[in-house]
Parts: sequence; structure tokens; C-alpha cells
Amino acid sequence: MSSFLSSSIGKKLVMSLSGLFLVLFILVHLILNSFLMFDSTGELFNAGAHFMSLPVIRFGLQPVLAGGFIIHIIYAIILTIQNRKARPQKYASQNLGESSTWSSRNMFVLGGLVLVFIAMHLMHFFIPIQIEGNVHDDYQLVKNLFTNGSMGMVYTGLYIVGAILLGLHLAHGFWSAFQSVGLSNKLWRSRLEKVGYIYAIFVAAGFTIIPLYLHFFA
Amino acid sequence: MADKILKELTIKVWRQKNAKAQGKFESYKINNISTGTSFLEMLDILNEELVNGGTEPIAFDHDCREGICGMCSLFIDGRAHGPDDDITTCQLHMRKFEDGATITIEPWRAGAFPVIKDLIVDRTAFEKILQAGGYISVNTGGVPDGNAILISQDDAEEAMDAAACIGCGACVATCKNSSAMLFVSAKVSHLAKLPQGRVEAARRAKSMVAKMDEMGFGNCTNTGACEVECPKGISIANIARLNREFLVAKIKD
Ligand code: HEM
Ligand code: SF4
Ligand code: FES
Repeated sequence: MSSFLSSSIGKKLVMSLSGLFLVLFILVHLILNSFLMFDSTGELFNAGAHFMSLPVIRFGLQPVLAGGFIIHIIYAIILTIQNRKARPQKYASQNLGESSTWSSRNMFVLGGLVLVFIAMHLMHFFIPIQIEGNVHDDYQLVKNLFTNGSMGMVYTGLYIVGAILLGLHLAHGFWSAFQSVGLSNKLWRSRLEKVGYIYAIFVAAGFTIIPLYLHFFA
Repeated sequence: MADKILKELTIKVWRQKNAKAQGKFESYKINNISTGTSFLEMLDILNEELVNGGTEPIAFDHDCREGICGMCSLFIDGRAHGPDDDITTCQLHMRKFEDGATITIEPWRAGAFPVIKDLIVDRTAFEKILQAGGYISVNTGGVPDGNAILISQDDAEEAMDAAACIGCGACVATCKNSSAMLFVSAKVSHLAKLPQGRVEAARRAKSMVAKMDEMGFGNCTNTGACEVECPKGISIANIARLNREFLVAKIKD
């Protein structure tokens, strides 16, 4: 088992399973966030946020989610360091644009930027709502962030950038995860790539539309 | 179409005395090269001029010069085997270059492929991986014996496609992670797809992957650059198969 997890393919398995877990999480997160647009009194969203604060979720699922992130990030760091070491002397000129996509070559950078975004995002919502617990109207808190004065515009922009970065990470990550566990072949590759692009665009567009909607219409 | 003449080219090439020496780029001018010349012939012409001028010729690997042996390497203008898809360097011609161009030639760069001299790298790591399991342990007979066990056309085609790998190392050279997964997956697949090779498939996948990791190749991140530069068009669908073979074998342990 230990030789399994230290092998290159074993590490990739961990990477892809944690990635797919995060893919599912992001989908649930997006569905809950969409409640922000369907009810301007905020009741629907608050009910959703309340559900997510129930002890089963807070103490049952949240640690699993945090674990998923931590494993994904630790393995990303290990794999990336090994991969850099595998070519001690770099090329003077290397033209990879002809043979691979930009996202596929910049997964660590994209993931790192997504992580910076997540840190900011946790400070905005997770800490006041779930840690400090002094927020009575979650809907209002979210709305205020995107509408308050000139900063409202800045935060709307930052959240859109975060959505696009995540979309780019997923544009390669989704298909890549299936390839890493061996669930691909010539036929399924093009199918999975298409589903991956649709998923990535759906996630990026979803997380872009919500702050825009709140900024301009709420 | 008549060949044109490239009046002047600048060849910027990696020169390194031996495995231990510090290498560096040198630039040479070369004149009046026909676009019908192959890239390696161009280097031959340059080398002749260098020898006549008292300079040591540029060392580079080559053998068959018809795209079947895999010896010719060279990272040309940022791409393995130069500016074209699905070819070896010996199949590259000067019509791919413009008059007045500067052409940069580097050796394969990977920790597992150390430079021996100039553009020649040591690809023994590939041999070691093959020795770890890229074979069938028993004599399976001649052609008639092979035909005694019927297999589907699809399996035969896939095995043949994977068997086309010539071990050139372009996949490693082009991969941003210096991963050898395309090579190893081709070697594992062409045997796993046939009944004679199937028997040892699990053991083969495990020992070849272990050797690959030990030799210091990087981890695959599925960028797909390898299959674009591979002269034999080996598909990364083989990498998915290798992942599958390896994971199933390890789970069964
Ligand atoms: C919500 C956040 C995230 C999601 C949904 C996500 C999803 C994914 C998926 C599905 C993969 C493909 C797995 C595979 O190729 O086997 C992946 C790969 C990767 N992720 Fe993430 N990820 C997220 C955050 C991060 C973060 C924070 C980092 C790191 C610093 C990161 C770094 C990487 C790296 C380096 C890869 C490997 C690239 C590859 O092998 O193709 N990711 N991610
Ligand atoms: S897989 Fe292709 S690029 Fe890699 S060694 Fe074999 S023939 Fe060369
Ligand atoms: S010299 Fe044999 S493949 Fe190029």
C-alpha cells in the first residue's frame, strides 16, 4: 500500500479522487448560491445557509471537505516539485503552445490563485457566519459585499476573476481526473473533454452571474 | 515543385565536451542550403565545413535516417524533432525553415537522459524500463502459433498501434514534466492487448512503472503534448490503459 501511494500513478490517483470530490462540492455550492437570485427577500438563501450550519454538516461534512482540499493541495505541491526536479536543465527555447493547452500547463498556478481566492472568500463569509456566528441575515451579508459603495464593484470583479480561474482549472482538471484513474479511451476522451468544458463553463458562468446579479439588480 | 535555396542560416547549437563538462550555445553560419535537404544532411554539411575549418564537428545521434530506429533526437526551435507533427528529426526537411532564420538546436532535456556530448543524450533509462518487464518470459513460438489463438481485429490494431513506438524519447523531451508515461504505456499496451502478453500484464505494469519512477522521470499531468510530438502517433489512450492496469494490479495485491 505504501509503495502504491508513493508511486507516480498512485499519487495521481489521490490527486484525481480529491479533485473529483471538489468538483462535486463546487456543484453543490453553486446550486445553493443560485438561491441568492431566486428570492429577493433572502428567505430561500437563508434557509439554505441555515441548513449548511446544522451540526451534522458543520462537524460531519466540513472536516471531510477541508481534508479533501488539504490532500489535493499537498499532493499538488509534491507532484509539482517532483516534476520540476525531473528537468534540472531547462530548454533555452520551448514551444509547448503547439502541442498542449495553456490550462493544462498551468494547473499549479491556477490552483494556487484559486486558493488565494478561497482564503479571501472564507474571510468574507465563512468566518463571520460559521466561526464568529454573529450574522443573523446571511443574505444581507452577501448582498452588502457586492453592493456597498465603490468596494461593491471591486468585490464583484474579484469574485468574477475567481470564477474564471476556477473554470480554467476545471477545463483541464475534469477530463484529466478521469484519465488519471484510467476511465478513458479514444472514444471517451473526446466525450469527457466536452463534458469537462461544459462543466467548467457552467461553473465559471454561474459564479460570475451571481455577483453581477446582486451588484446590479438586488 | 523546384527546391528553393536558403541563402543564409544561423545555427545556434548546444556544445558540450562530455557528460561532466559545462555546455554552452555556439552559433554557426551556413549558406546555400536547398529546401530539399533533410535537416540531418544540413548538419552533415555544417559538420564538413567545421571539420575543414579545424573545429570539432557537432555530435548528434542518428542511424536509419528513415524514421524507424528512433536514434535521431534533437530539440529544434522549441519542439521535439522540430517544427512538424508526427515525424522524427531525420524526416524533417529544410523547407520548414525560412531564409535568414536562426535555428536553435538543443539536446533532449531530462534528468533521466543526461547529455553525453553536444546533442547526444544517454537513453539507457528506457532500456532499464524495458528490462524491468517489457517482454514475454516464455517462448511463444513462431507465426503459426501466434495465429492459433484468435483475437479481434480491434485488439490486433490497437496492439500494433502501440507496438509502433520506436523508443525515441520525444515524449519525455517534450513533456513539461519529463514524464515517460507515453513510452511505458505503449510498451505495456502492445503486450497487454495480446493473449501471449496478457498473462504477465499485472506484473509487467507494476515493475515497469516502479522502474520508471526510480529512473527519475516526472509525473504525468495529462497535457497531451507527448502524443502530438510522438513520431509514431502513439495515443494517450494508452496512458489511460496503463493507469487502469497499474491500479487494478495494485488493488489486487
Ligand atoms: C475548488 C477548488 C478545486 C477544484 C474543484 C479542483 C479540481 C481539480 C481536478 C478535477 C483535477 C484533476 C485531477 C487529475 O488530473 O488527476 C485537479 C488537478 C490539479 N489541481 Fe486542483 N482543484 C481545486 C483547487 C486546487 C488548488 C487550491 C490547488 C493548489 C495549489 C490545485 C492544484 C492542482 C494541481 C497541481 C493539479 C494537477 C494537474 C494535473 O495533474 O492535471 N487545485 N484539480
Ligand atoms: S511513445 Fe512515441 S515519442 Fe515516446 S518513445 Fe515511443 S515513439 Fe518516441
Ligand atoms: S535516424 Fe532512425 S529514426 Fe531518425
